[in-house]
Amino acid sequence: MSAHAAAGHEHHHHGPPVPHKSSRVSAEVLGMFLFIGSEVMLFGAFFTMYFFVRVVNPEGFATWPPEGFHLPVFVAGVNTAILLTSSLTMHWALTAIKRGNRAGLQAGLVLTLAMGTTFLVTQILEYARIGFAMGDTAFASVFYGLTGLHGAHVFVGLLLLTVATVRAFRGHYTPEHHHGVELPGIYWHFVDVMWIVVYATVYLL
Amino acid sequence: MQNPFRSEAVAFRFLLVLVAAVAAIVLADQLLGRWAALAVAIVAAAAFTWWVVAGGPPPEQVRTAPARRGGPGERRILVVANETVGGEKLRACIREKAEGAERAEILVVAPALNSPLRQWASDEDPARRQAQQRLDDSLARLRDDGIEARGEIGDSEPLQAIEDALRTFGADELIISTHPEGRSHWLERGLVEAARARFDVPITHVVVE
Repeated sequence: MSAHAAAGHEHHHHGPPVPHKSSRVSAEVLGMFLFIGSEVMLFGAFFTMYFFVRVVNPEGFATWPPEGFHLPVFVAGVNTAILLTSSLTMHWALTAIKRGNRAGLQAGLVLTLAMGTTFLVTQILEYARIGFAMGDTAFASVFYGLTGLHGAHVFVGLLLLTVATVRAFRGHYTPEHHHGVELPGIYWHFVDVMWIVVYATVYLL
Repeated sequence: MQNPFRSEAVAFRFLLVLVAAVAAIVLADQLLGRWAALAVAIVAAAAFTWWVVAGGPPPEQVRTAPARRGGPGERRILVVANETVGGEKLRACIREKAEGAERAEILVVAPALNSPLRQWASDEDPARRQAQQRLDDSLARLRDDGIEARGEIGDSEPLQAIEDALRTFGADELIISTHPEGRSHWLERGLVEAARARFDVPITHVVVE
């Protein structure tokens, strides 16, 4: 019956063919899996480089960072707290629009954007004062490589958040339709997840 | 399978769990030493893998109807059979389905059945050769009975072979031919029920001795 109904529809259809939807994995889920897979491989390559440099460190695995290098663990810890709080405000923004609270959405996005910018500016200041350059040693290269890769992701996240914030102030998004906030939100949490791993491995362990 | 980033809320919860896991690893490192931290990390990674692989509700089954491909008055019949396409019962079924239509287009799909090991090794040439042989024999027998049909070799997974054929052929009817229960691997694996759950198209199951 449905096949015939579909047939009738097909005869009046103009333009490109009706898209098929696989019954196995929806396009959205597949897209997100592919995106996460590619990102995990990208970060995985940098982490492999990091652990390789650490394992072959002539001063031993436990002596990290190598002698002569000091990482600002406390400042990075405060920065981590800022980034984690920005995830909280992002979640608040999403929860607010789902309940129809536009002011909550706008406040949540502005706070997230502000904290994300603070994180990035603090990281740039950290680079300026850290006392070693990218080309100094292998350690310096992997440090800048890993944290810089993450910083680039934060920058992209800030661009997405800026668009979402502008749209929120222009009256876009409803409790039913808020994909434009949901996707930057997922991306922002992903960036936070990666930072937790980067911070723990580079600064703490 | 779970996707920790399938929605913002799930991603946020995942972030909180990760923070707790990393905090436990760092604490173990500070209080008990490097090996304890490694042990906590392994446990956390195993728990995460288990959650991703085994956790969560089964994926939502979307029932799909094929888009119609034929012209007006044309009836398109898709026959999926392993080695049983030659049976009289099946030929009678095809004739019955084609009856009344101005024109009947029949596509026979023979899945290139393969062993899992060969499938993983992408060694599918022998399976395709055997499927082609079966298909040629089947089409010849149908032609002898006055039924004009064309054939294709399908995916080694019969459900996937049906889906592929529905996308390109767009059938009005689907006929699945199997051996009787007890002799049919397809029936054992619930192929007919799975096809009924997945494809919104009339399905006839023909058992051939």
